Amino acid sequence: MTDTPLSRIRNFSIIAHIDHGKSTLADRLIQACGGLTDREMKDQVLDNMEIERERGITIKAQTVRLTYPAKDGQTYVLNLMDTPGHVDFAYEVSRSLAACEGSLLVVDASQGVEAQTLANVYQAIDAGHEIVPVLNKIDLPAAEPDRVKAQIEDVIGLPADDAVMISAKTGLGIGDVLEALVTRLPPPQGEAEAPTKALLVDSWYDAYLGVVILVRVKDGRLKRGQRIRFMSSGAVHPVEAVGVFTPKMVTVESLGPGEMGYITAGIKTVADCNVGDTITDDRTAATEPLPGFKPSIPVVWCGLYPTDADDFEKLRESLGKLRLNDASFHYEPETSAALGFGFRCGFLGLLHLEIIQERLQREFDLDLIATAPSVVYRIHSTKGDVTELHNPADMPDPSTIDHIEEPWIKATIFVPDDYLGNILALCNERRGQQVDLTYVGNRAMAVYRLPLNEVVFDFYDRLKSISRGYASFDYAMDGYADSELVKISILVNGDPVDALAFIAHRSQAEKRGRAICEKLKELIPKQLFKIAIQASIGSRIIARETIGALSKDVTAKCYGGDITRKRKLLEKQKEGKKRMRQFGKVEIPQTAFLAALKMDA
Amino acid sequence: MSNPSPEPVALYVHWPFCLARCPYCDFNAHVRERLDEPRYRSAILAELAFEAARIGPRPLGSLFFGGGTPSLMSPDTVGAIIAAAKAAFPGAEEPEITLEANPTSVELGRLAGFRDAGVNRISLGIQALDDTALAFLGRKHTAEQALAALAQARSLFRRASFDLIYARPGQSVTAWRDEVRRALGFGLDHLSLYQLTIEPGTPFERAHARGEIALPDEAEQAALYAATVEEAAKAGLSPYEVSNYARPGDESRHNLAYWSYADYAGIGPGAHGRIPLAGVPTATVRIRAPEAWMEAVERRGHGVREEEALPPEARAREMLLMGLRLTRGIDPARFAARAGMPLEDALEPRALAQAIGEGWLAWTRHGALAATAAGRLRLDALLPVLVR
Ligand SMILES: Nc1nc2c(ncn2[C@@H]2O[C@H](COP(=O)(O)OP(=O)(O)O)[C@@H](O)[C@H]2O)c(=O)[nH]1
Ligand SMILES: C[S@@+](CC[C@H](N)C(=O)[O-])C[C@H]1O[C@@H](n2cnc3c(N)ncnc32)[C@H](O)[C@@H]1O
Ligand code: SF4
Ligand SMILES: [Mg+2]
Repeated sequence: MTDTPLSRIRNFSIIAHIDHGKSTLADRLIQACGGLTDREMKDQVLDNMEIERERGITIKAQTVRLTYPAKDGQTYVLNLMDTPGHVDFAYEVSRSLAACEGSLLVVDASQGVEAQTLANVYQAIDAGHEIVPVLNKIDLPAAEPDRVKAQIEDVIGLPADDAVMISAKTGLGIGDVLEALVTRLPPPQGEAEAPTKALLVDSWYDAYLGVVILVRVKDGRLKRGQRIRFMSSGAVHPVEAVGVFTPKMVTVESLGPGEMGYITAGIKTVADCNVGDTITDDRTAATEPLPGFKPSIPVVWCGLYPTDADDFEKLRESLGKLRLNDASFHYEPETSAALGFGFRCGFLGLLHLEIIQERLQREFDLDLIATAPSVVYRIHSTKGDVTELHNPADMPDPSTIDHIEEPWIKATIFVPDDYLGNILALCNERRGQQVDLTYVGNRAMAVYRLPLNEVVFDFYDRLKSISRGYASFDYAMDGYADSELVKISILVNGDPVDALAFIAHRSQAEKRGRAICEKLKELIPKQLFKIAIQASIGSRIIARETIGALSKDVTAKCYGGDITRKRKLLEKQKEGKKRMRQFGKVEIPQTAFLAALKMDA
Repeated sequence: MSNPSPEPVALYVHWPFCLARCPYCDFNAHVRERLDEPRYRSAILAELAFEAARIGPRPLGSLFFGGGTPSLMSPDTVGAIIAAAKAAFPGAEEPEITLEANPTSVELGRLAGFRDAGVNRISLGIQALDDTALAFLGRKHTAEQALAALAQARSLFRRASFDLIYARPGQSVTAWRDEVRRALGFGLDHLSLYQLTIEPGTPFERAHARGEIALPDEAEQAALYAATVEEAAKAGLSPYEVSNYARPGDESRHNLAYWSYADYAGIGPGAHGRIPLAGVPTATVRIRAPEAWMEAVERRGHGVREEEALPPEARAREMLLMGLRLTRGIDPARFAARAGMPLEDALEPRALAQAIGEGWLAWTRHGALAATAAGRLRLDALLPVLVR
């Protein structure tokens, strides 16, 4: 099964906006090719993790090798590459795409093209893919295939006359999709006799097998016992097993040019397995790696602290375990005067941040406090050196700073034109610079440059709420630029709370400061002492709120029968105190930290 | 805990029945069409014998008939229980014997009978002296009946107390002062003034959640409380506990047993007790539902649901949370003896120093640790920080 001639291999990925039916279609294709029996089919075979299932987001790339007897009488190997489905993982997506020659562009015929579709489709075009448009959900009465075809042609510039019309739900048109893959996608190319070059598409940690590496062989072969070298790091490992996913793991003798599959090589952590790296043979190594490798760099950082200080070691262990499986996520120990011992963690984006946080809480049963997400600023000192700032609390004294640069993104927003006004206002409010604005039918596509800082700050939630959920949004990093940034400190009874400090553009500082103070006033319950909450830039107070002291808080009647109940309540309250953070005399509930971050500016 | 001359024991008897359920009330109270009073009485007497046997012969310091509405008992039943209690816990001094009474006509007719049966202190559930307020509270009596009850209590009993509920929706400080003053005019020696509390599971809780009951805010509550203390003082009654006022010497001896963490036995459905069992301080709880309790007593001689030995930490917390409610505070020597650990070990030193610094706690000239007037008002916020 490894000596499939190149002419009978097709490697493809599926591009779709969330909920347009990618997973359902994948399931149908697997079923149609007999990859799994009906009994083994559970919905959405490819979404492995609980979070993936719930959110409908794929975090890791996966492949499935399908065997398809085509109408031309030949049997083809169709490798489906399921790519991560979110802009945070744009680089990972680009590597998955680089492993294929073509894509199915799945568009929900009742919804039309969305921002995420656009971004991914452009990436696929960049990767040189042949693209087959597929209109899904044509079983729905609201389906408008003709309008959506026109949209694909207008917006993306792809001919859509030959779009395959399907219903992934009912199975209608699945055969046409399979035929289109064979007839319309080009076969892969490669040299069996050339030095081995395989693209490392993704990797994950498996408790039994160690690290499993997903590969696409370009030239040469991968086989058991071979000593392979990772070209970016130079690390060498002996291959223990080679296999494919059907989607079950099946070992094979070797993988040749054009093929996709996995290898294991006794590797203990994915940190050695960088997405996009080139794997070659250690003895007869290739001279040039495959193009496009980039080490992954976190763009958003935040502090994660255990709610219960006793959980610090457990947090360290859990982060270690997650990192085994996700090399794009970084962490280093950090201490905060307010929150104690924790970690500063770096992520590929906001979704990535949320996913990691959620997994820590769910899979590792940790209660966490997260500080406000921060982007990476570049501080140019008056002495001329440059440092990267991951934590607003570490901002050096302004007198030592010559200037600060902040990261920008290029955002593509797709929205029905009824809501365009709101969106443009939001972008302007967030210091956006319009790059492009085009209309397609009754939809608009706005392309903006925005400071990433403005986007981590509840941009996405606002975008959704002001467009009643209709706007879709996608972004790519777009360099650094000088900016007038200031650090805003939050003071509780005069003491700065490091974990609440944040950096904002001077023009936004006051508004943000005021908003946080108001929010904290709502969230911090009255206590024994009066509490002053202030926001400041340096020594200048820009906002202030006061929480009055409790004037009366005592149980009115307390008799013999109440003692046990009152004691238990007292014990619970004492336990609850552990979840409060003490600032001088003031206790701040952790919900205040969480909520202070999720704010409408 | 072996005392050479045994400390007196307090005895609580619960009568769980009422004419109607008041919408604010979360006590173990039940409304029943028909009642087998003799059967109930036998069960109480059986539990009394059960407790007497295991506690041993100690003098009876106080006996309290609480409810529910114990004034719905016949004076006969009350007399039988008093006699049995005195016999079980013999002592030289006459115990304080209190009975809670509601001011409906049925019960008013029995006050003299209760006195003749041996009750020497009456506690009247007046709640309000205003018909609108009484209706709001779902009470079955009128302001006029309440006034008559106060007058009658005054003439029948040397020691009489009454309960009022304040911080009712829309209540002004002026109106409340007037109400307290009128009640105090009868010259009773003791009063309990409770701030209306929304208790979980009550109809008031649901109404409150629906926004139908708007309670005075915290500042208004504090003002009402201050007015209460002032009015009581004018009548010669001083606050000896958060919500209780007495003419000096006429404090409720029974309730003092709770607040000073003395031994008390509790019998009847849902009653709680704190008694030494085989030398170990123990919390006792009775089955709550009246019928189930009664069946258990008939089957096995008692209706105990749960008994929990209390380690020193638990005792220390209980003693702190009760004792700091008292104006006189907690005596360290007594604390160490009752809780089984020194007072300073039971407190967070920093929180203690801070509370003293803020003027919420103080060492009294008798060497006790007490909450100040300001501290008593904030006790619920203070305790979780203060206790270890
Ligand atoms: N009516 C209809 N619903 C579909 C079809 N394909 C997928 N769906 C539904 O659309 C939703 C999203 O599908 P899913 O495959 O999870 O989308 P993904 O987010 O792109 O993976 C699910 O509720 C599917 O059942 C279809 O052809 N017709
Ligand atoms: C054992 S209870 C009831 C005694 C008697 N059955 C009566 O209703 O008068 C004792 C006192 O607690 C007070 N009380 C009961 N529930 C209350 C509440 N939710 N808020 C404030 N005081 C309450 C009332 O003043 C009541 O008189
Ligand atoms: S307040 Fe008194 S009368 Fe009313 S239900 Fe409760 S115990 Fe019974
Ligand atoms: Mg999906």
